[in-house]
Amino acid sequence: MAKTIEGLRYSESHEWVKVEGNIAVIGITDFAQKAMGAISYVDMPDVDDELSCGEEFGAVESVKAASDLYSPVSGVVVEVNEELCDAPELLNSDAFGNWIIKVEISDPSEVEELMDAAAYIELCNKA
Amino acid sequence: MKYYDKLIFELSKEGRKGYTLPANGWETSLDELPEGLGRKAAPALPQVSEPDVVRHYTNLSQMNFGVDSGFYPLGSCTMKYNPRISEEIASMQDFAGLHPLQPASSVQGVLRLYKELSEALSAITGMAEFTLNPFAGAHGELTGLMIMRSYHIARGDYGRTRIIVPDSAHGTNPASAAVCGLEVVQVKSRADGLVDVEDLRPLLDETVAGIMMTNPNTLGLFEKDIKEIASLVHGCGGLLYYDGANMNPLLGVVRPGDMGFDVMHLNLHKTFSTPHGGGGPGAGPVGVAAHLVPYLPVPRIVADEDGQLGLDDDSADACGRISGFMGNFGVLLRAYAYILMLGRQNVRMAGPLAVLGANYIKESLRDCYRLPISSVCKHEFVFDGLADQESGVTTLDVAKRLLDYGFHAPTIYFPLLFHQSIMIEPTETESKETLDSFIEVMRKIAAESASEPELVKSAPHSSPVGRLDEVRAARQPVLTYRDYIDCSVK
Repeated sequence: MAKTIEGLRYSESHEWVKVEGNIAVIGITDFAQKAMGAISYVDMPDVDDELSCGEEFGAVESVKAASDLYSPVSGVVVEVNEELCDAPELLNSDAFGNWIIKVEISDPSEVEELMDAAAYIELCNKA
Repeated sequence: MKYYDKLIFELSKEGRKGYTLPANGWETSLDELPEGLGRKAAPALPQVSEPDVVRHYTNLSQMNFGVDSGFYPLGSCTMKYNPRISEEIASMQDFAGLHPLQPASSVQGVLRLYKELSEALSAITGMAEFTLNPFAGAHGELTGLMIMRSYHIARGDYGRTRIIVPDSAHGTNPASAAVCGLEVVQVKSRADGLVDVEDLRPLLDETVAGIMMTNPNTLGLFEKDIKEIASLVHGCGGLLYYDGANMNPLLGVVRPGDMGFDVMHLNLHKTFSTPHGGGGPGAGPVGVAAHLVPYLPVPRIVADEDGQLGLDDDSADACGRISGFMGNFGVLLRAYAYILMLGRQNVRMAGPLAVLGANYIKESLRDCYRLPISSVCKHEFVFDGLADQESGVTTLDVAKRLLDYGFHAPTIYFPLLFHQSIMIEPTETESKETLDSFIEVMRKIAAESASEPELVKSAPHSSPVGRLDEVRAARQPVLTYRDYIDCSVK
C-alpha cells in the first residue's frame, strides 16, 4: 500500500505539493515511485523558469519507463533539488522526504483545486 | 550455456598468427610513402591462431539467445522463425555483390524485384503504391508523416499541425510525430481497451493532420470501430496512418486500405519473417492510397517506354529523400522470398494460426495471471502481473525467472496502461508442444511465487550472469574496453 501524508495537496498526475508561505515545494508521491520502479534519472528545469499550471517541467526515468512531470501550480522556479542529480534513487527511498523543485506561487487558488490526502487515496485505489 | 566473457585482445600472444601473406610483388616499398601518411606505431591487432578465432566467436555466439535457440514470445516484435531459404537466396553472390551505384542497365533484374515486391505488398495491404526505402518501422512512420504533411501543404492547408495518437500506441508514434514537427494529442482508450470514439470526436477540427492507429492495437484487440473512426477523421480533413507493427494477424485476411487508411508502414522484419533483434537491419516500407502517390519519397523506380527500369530522383511533389539509396536490399529480398514461398493461399494461414496460439496461451494461464481485458485477442495479449500479488513478486521477477527455464522473456511494462504489463506474442511458427511447455513453466513460476517468492525475486540463477543492476547500467554505462579497464582499476 502506498503511503500518503495528511496536510499535503496532490495532483492527478501524482505530484505532491507542500505550501510554505508563497512557496510550493513539489515532489512525486510514494504511489508514483512504486509504479515507476528503480529511478535512474531526474530531469529538472532551471531556476527562474516560468511554469504554468499543468505544464511539463521535467521527467523521471526509471528502468521501466520515462514519465513527464507536470507542475501542479503556476509560478517561477526558485530552487531545484541538486541532490537528485547524483542520487535519483532518493525518490525511491523516500518520495515525500525528497522534493524536486520549489516554485513561487503566482495564483494561490490553484492549490485549492488540488486533492487532499483522502481524495488522492481514492484516486490511487481506482488505478 | 557455457560462461564466456573474453575479449579477443585478451587471447593475444606476441608473435602468434594464423595467416601468411603473399610476397609483396610491388616494386615500391613502404619507406617511399609520403611523409605523414605512414603510422608511427604498428596497429594493436590481436595476435591469435585460427582455432583461437573460431572458438572465440563460437563461444560468444553461444552466449546469445535468438529465435534459432528457443521460444521468443516478445510481444509486439513478431519473433517468428526466419526460413533458411530466404538466407540462402540473400547470400547468393549475384545479390550480395551488388553495388548501389551500379548503372540501372546492369541491375534490371534487381529493379524488377523491387517492383514486384512493392506490388505484392500493395495486393496484401490494399494500398496503391509502396516505397521500399525506409530502413525500419519508426523510419517508415516518419516517412508516412512527411507524406501526410506534404499532402496538406500541397493543398495550401498549412494549419494542420496536430496528430492524434491513442494512449495505447507504440512509443515510436508520438516520437516520430515530434521529429516531424507535429504536436501530439492523445486520445483515450475505453475500459474494453479500444479507442474511445466519444473522446476522439471533440478533438477533430481543421488543425488535425491525421490519426496514427495500430490495428489490432497493442493490447492485441481489433479496433472494431475503425470504419467510423475513418469517416470521422476524413470528415474533418485529416488522414489515417496505419502502424503496421501488428499486421501479422491480419495478413491475407483484412487489408488496411479497405479499413480506410491512407498511409501505412510494414515491418518486413516482423510480419515478413526477416531476422531482427538487437537493432539489426530492418525494413519499413510505406504504402499510400492513390491520392498520396505523388508525395512518396525519391528515388522511385520508373519504367521508360521500352520497359527499361530506372531510378527517378526528381519529383517536385515528393516528401523528400529518406535514405541514401534504396533501403536495405538484403532484407527486402528475404521478405519477397518469404511471400513467394508462402504464396497467396498459405499467406492467409499465418494470421489465424498466430491468433489461435495467442488465445490458447491466454486462456490456459488466466487463472494464474491477471487478465485486465478478457475478450478474444488477435496475435498478442497483455497480462497485468500475477493473479496473486500478495507475495510481492513483480512482472520483472517473472520475466527473469523465465530465463532459468530457457525461454526468452515477453515484453514487459508495455503498454503503459497497466502497471505490471506482460505482453505475450507466440507467432504462428511455434508448435503446440512449445506453447504447452511455455504454459507449464508460466504456471510453475506462479506457484513458486507463492511458495518460494525469494527464488523468483532473485532469478535468474542459471544464466551466464545473474540479476543485472539496471540502474547502475543506465547511470554508469561501460561501453568500450577502455571504459571496462577504467572501471576495473577503480
